[in-house]
Amino acid sequence: MRQLIYFIRKFRYFLLLLLLEFLALFFTVQHHSYHQSKFVNSANSITGGIYSRVNSITEVFHLKTENRLLVEENIHLKNLFEQKETLVFNDTTTVIDTSYFQKYQYSVAKVINNNYTKRNNFLTIDKGTDLGLTSELGVINSNGIIGVIKNVSPHYATVLSILNSSSKINVSLKNSRHFGTLTWDGKKYNTVQIIDIPRQAIIKVGDTIITGGKSTIFPEGIKIGVVTDFKFEKNLYQQINVLLFNDMSNLGYVQIIKNLQKTEQETLEKLTTGNE
Amino acid sequence: MNNLIIANSVRFIILLFLQVLILNHILLFGYINPMVYIVWVFLFPIKKNKSLFLILSFLLGLSIDFFSDSGGINAAATLFIAFIRLPILKAVLGKTDFDYLLFNLRSISTSKTFTYISSLTIIHHFIVFSLEYFSFNAIINIISTTLFTSLFTITISLLGISLFTKKK
Repeated sequence: MRQLIYFIRKFRYFLLLLLLEFLALFFTVQHHSYHQSKFVNSANSITGGIYSRVNSITEVFHLKTENRLLVEENIHLKNLFEQKETLVFNDTTTVIDTSYFQKYQYSVAKVINNNYTKRNNFLTIDKGTDLGLTSELGVINSNGIIGVIKNVSPHYATVLSILNSSSKINVSLKNSRHFGTLTWDGKKYNTVQIIDIPRQAIIKVGDTIITGGKSTIFPEGIKIGVVTDFKFEKNLYQQINVLLFNDMSNLGYVQIIKNLQKTEQETLEKLTTGNE
Repeated sequence: MNNLIIANSVRFIILLFLQVLILNHILLFGYINPMVYIVWVFLFPIKKNKSLFLILSFLLGLSIDFFSDSGGINAAATLFIAFIRLPILKAVLGKTDFDYLLFNLRSISTSKTFTYISSLTIIHHFIVFSLEYFSFNAIINIISTTLFTSLFTITISLLGISLFTKKK
């Protein structure tokens, strides 16, 4: 017993070091896993409050780009609207009976902290559980997808950016229906990679990549980027580089997508796989 | 004595905010952000209370982690350099001119200060980037990022220390 106490006294700093290092590594590993709730994140009221206060000052400098994006999206939406109108008038027998069927609900939030140079990047936005946000909601803006919400607090939320090694998003080619997974190799913030594309798919440089319908988070058909180059070796697609439409270094206001039928779909899928 | 506590607490807070609000957004050449907050570890007085120093270094790193959503990466690295600071200082200075109580970074020669700061900085950055990439395949990335970021951090740290501390 005395020897044990002597041992602890002799190595007390080293034991303290081991204890605290263990704690730090525990936080790191916990942060890498997707489903557990995390202790260390910037969605708490102190860090979120500081970030939103600083952001209210720096926001003014980005008003010009923000306005341009809004105008561009307005034009895009107006064009869509015009197309729809002519369609309805030409074909008068079509009865559109889905006016009360809403699958996705959009809400707006502001990015108050943005990372894009590290290996694992996160964003912080200024909306939280008080406005109905939960984890695993999709985040997009008018130019494409940004990420998925990870942690939420009453007033803030952190977003797992697509520029993160744990981000895996289901995507597909626009001109065919082949699915793949969007990942990031950590090199350039405007280039992401697609893996798991079947070898039957025909890919050309310049093909548009959109979100696939397989995920319950993003609606189908949100544009992501264009293929810049790819390698086809050993009868498989080895690496497909995609240039993002979105400038991940310059994000202001974003839209959050809530899938109102998510629980229904997931419960049904769980029931089906559970019965096998 | 009280002065020392106030000076170190103020330095803790200023370096924390300098790091998360300004230095984390510098992006020299597109990706280099200096991590100057570890200057707090270099400047902490060498006294008997080593466990307090270790806990405070851990908290400094953890605060940075809270702001930059990086798990416990900075906490682990800062804690480690806090632990090996004394052995490295002893090795750099040699036993002859080492004085526990009257230690002041400005009173030792510039070349020795440089060796002390750069070795701790490189070790810290190497741990941070290894944990961030967390893959043996990225070893070349880790080493190059460590070296470039260390260069930037060491330059800013030396300039900051020579500007903002009193010479004795």
